[in-house]
Amino acid sequence: MADSTLPIGSAIDLTPPSESYGTWLEQVHSWVVTVDHKKIGLMYIGYAVVFLLVGGFEALLLRIQLAVPHNNFLPPEVFNRIFTMHGTTMVFLMGMPLIIGFANYLVPLMVGARDMAFPRMNAFSFWMTALGGLMLYYSFIGGVGLQGAGSAPDVTWWAYAPLTERAFSRGHSTDYWALSLIVSGFGTVGAAVNIIATTICMRCKGMTLFRMPLLVWLYLIVSGMILIVITPLTAAQIMLTIDRYLGGHFFDSQAGGVPVVWAHFFWIFGHPEVYVLVLPAFAIANEVIPVFSRKAIFGYPAMVAASAGIGLISLSVWAHHMFTVGMTSAQNAFFVLSTSLVGVPTGIKIFNWIATMWGGKIRFATAMLFCTAFLIQFLFAGLTGIMLSVAPWDWQLHNSYFVIAHFHYVLVGAIVFCFFGGFYYWFPKMTGKMLDERLGKWHFWLFLIGFHVCFDLMHIPGLLGMPRSIYTYEPGRGWDNWNMIVSIGGMIQGVATLIFAYNMVYSYFKGPDAGPDPWDAWTLEWATSSPPPEYNFASAPVVASRRPLWDLKHPEDPDSRYE
Amino acid sequence: MSASTIPLAHRAANEDWVLPYHGTVAMAALIVAESAIFTIFVVAYLYYIGKSVSGPQPRQVLELPIFNTVCLLSSSFTIWIAERALKKGSMGVFSLWWALTVVLGAIFLGGTGLEWNKLIYHDGLTISTNLFGTTFYSLVGLHASHVIVGLVMLSIVLIFSLTGKLRSEHSKQLEVLSLYWHFVDGVWVVVFTVVYIIGR
Repeated sequence: MADSTLPIGSAIDLTPPSESYGTWLEQVHSWVVTVDHKKIGLMYIGYAVVFLLVGGFEALLLRIQLAVPHNNFLPPEVFNRIFTMHGTTMVFLMGMPLIIGFANYLVPLMVGARDMAFPRMNAFSFWMTALGGLMLYYSFIGGVGLQGAGSAPDVTWWAYAPLTERAFSRGHSTDYWALSLIVSGFGTVGAAVNIIATTICMRCKGMTLFRMPLLVWLYLIVSGMILIVITPLTAAQIMLTIDRYLGGHFFDSQAGGVPVVWAHFFWIFGHPEVYVLVLPAFAIANEVIPVFSRKAIFGYPAMVAASAGIGLISLSVWAHHMFTVGMTSAQNAFFVLSTSLVGVPTGIKIFNWIATMWGGKIRFATAMLFCTAFLIQFLFAGLTGIMLSVAPWDWQLHNSYFVIAHFHYVLVGAIVFCFFGGFYYWFPKMTGKMLDERLGKWHFWLFLIGFHVCFDLMHIPGLLGMPRSIYTYEPGRGWDNWNMIVSIGGMIQGVATLIFAYNMVYSYFKGPDAGPDPWDAWTLEWATSSPPPEYNFASAPVVASRRPLWDLKHPEDPDSRYE
Repeated sequence: MSASTIPLAHRAANEDWVLPYHGTVAMAALIVAESAIFTIFVVAYLYYIGKSVSGPQPRQVLELPIFNTVCLLSSSFTIWIAERALKKGSMGVFSLWWALTVVLGAIFLGGTGLEWNKLIYHDGLTISTNLFGTTFYSLVGLHASHVIVGLVMLSIVLIFSLTGKLRSEHSKQLEVLSLYWHFVDGVWVVVFTVVYIIGR
């Protein structure tokens, strides 16, 4: 698709990039000291991909252990550490950096700005996030407090009190866990402040709020959510650290503290966090689906309103994670209803995406394949979500593999799929090279098959009563074959992810040149060269509609005439 | 550089394109985030009122810090006067009122120090004594740490102003700082109400 028909040669700086890149050390130095939003975005994304592989490897270790009953592959205490690290890694070291990396790269380009509003704070945010990841993984060697005698945290990623109190969680591994999340939380809040300021204050001339690409809108909403949902976690972690280091009693039941308070504080963060992760996935679908259906997005204002609605409703649903702690029926009813209500705006979105594809001239490039699979899988994930939102059903299935299957359906089936799609869509912009489509198809189909073998069937041992977080189980409970098949599905996904990693490296060196606009797209990032120069746009663009490049390519029938 | 703009100028080209100042927007966003942190600590404080299993209890040891509160709240007023003076370009008036703001903030901080000194050495209340101590020191301490950060920034500005580096074109940046200071004062109203009125 490199043979673009983009008639905007004049808008691009055609000066060839300087050939000398300097020595290897100068290269590294330029990345360390950079304040360029694109380089920082790429560092976020690279960091996330590394931890995707690490967290995925941990998941495979867990699946090997669970593949057969009475397995001795991992000892119980190691199993606990690995699933704690898998959860923490995937949410905080993979998910958050990935969404922020894409925002860093795309938001300034899409609003026609030269950089984020605060470039140096941007670099600071990244390095704080990086420090958080390093601290968490350092616990593998320093967790007990002695150099070289380590143990990773084993308190699960939701870390219920009083398990995390000093009496029950000795050594320093829990401290590394808490501190690394505080530190990376600072980075995340800094990035959110930056995205908000960039979106509100740096838009190019003519780009009113309702001419912004939907991706920018969704990131604005996500950033607003980050401000109020990451901070409760930070506050709770500070309380935990006070308990552990200064002898406080926040969650110490012997001194009158109430461990359920931790659960509330954690899920006030934890549930909206899912939406913080999934809205950027929606954002990617919002960009990819119209371009590959050759139609403008259906129902732009409804999409914005639905996203804002999801953001607002998600703040009032957290205790559906806690139906089994014993709340009053009024509280149960409130959280059942508010949780079910999330289905309304998400339903609006699904219909809008289908309506965008309806009657379009669909091109199934790999990016579009991933986004199409996302539509179906997200629907399924939403349906099991509605099932679990009903308190009696949740009482039955709480802490079972049904819950694990449900949220992995969201996190992998929706978020990871969309971000894979996003990689295929924006990799040409970020590197100037096309990702290999043949390898991409292998990646997609293997991952799709692996995903469904693994997570469709994982619901069944859950329904049959298999609890989560167990390191092994007895044979003859009807779980054996299901677990084996689920583990095989996990392995297939692992192979597919390795193909993806290989594809990125291979295409970076051997891929065909992308040109500025390989997909014949409509948003501003495609109006500059690939990869864009440090200043993005040689002179500030001016826009008159939601699809500035459409206006440019079709001067006889511009969007601005209809909006 | 063979570069030019994207030639997409129809209606918007001749209109003024003014967007908000990014410092103000970022500070507003930061204040939202900080408010969420304080909310969690305030909720924890309110929830744990009267749940301590051992003494001392708030009513036995806490005294109303009226003087402190008056100092801190009036510093919001003095910083506002200082800002107005800066916009008019009268640097002497600015430095005077800005210094007064720093002094009032420092008095508040000193008052908190004296209060904690009495609580720790006279009443034997530390952060690990009971739930009241844990929630009290963490909530008031969280606020005090924000006062310290604010005072450091205010003092840096005061040094710039006394050495003649500050001019009236900086008033936009100082507005961002004063927004933070007003927030710290506003939080104190909440903390005061929760700790010294509801919790006592």
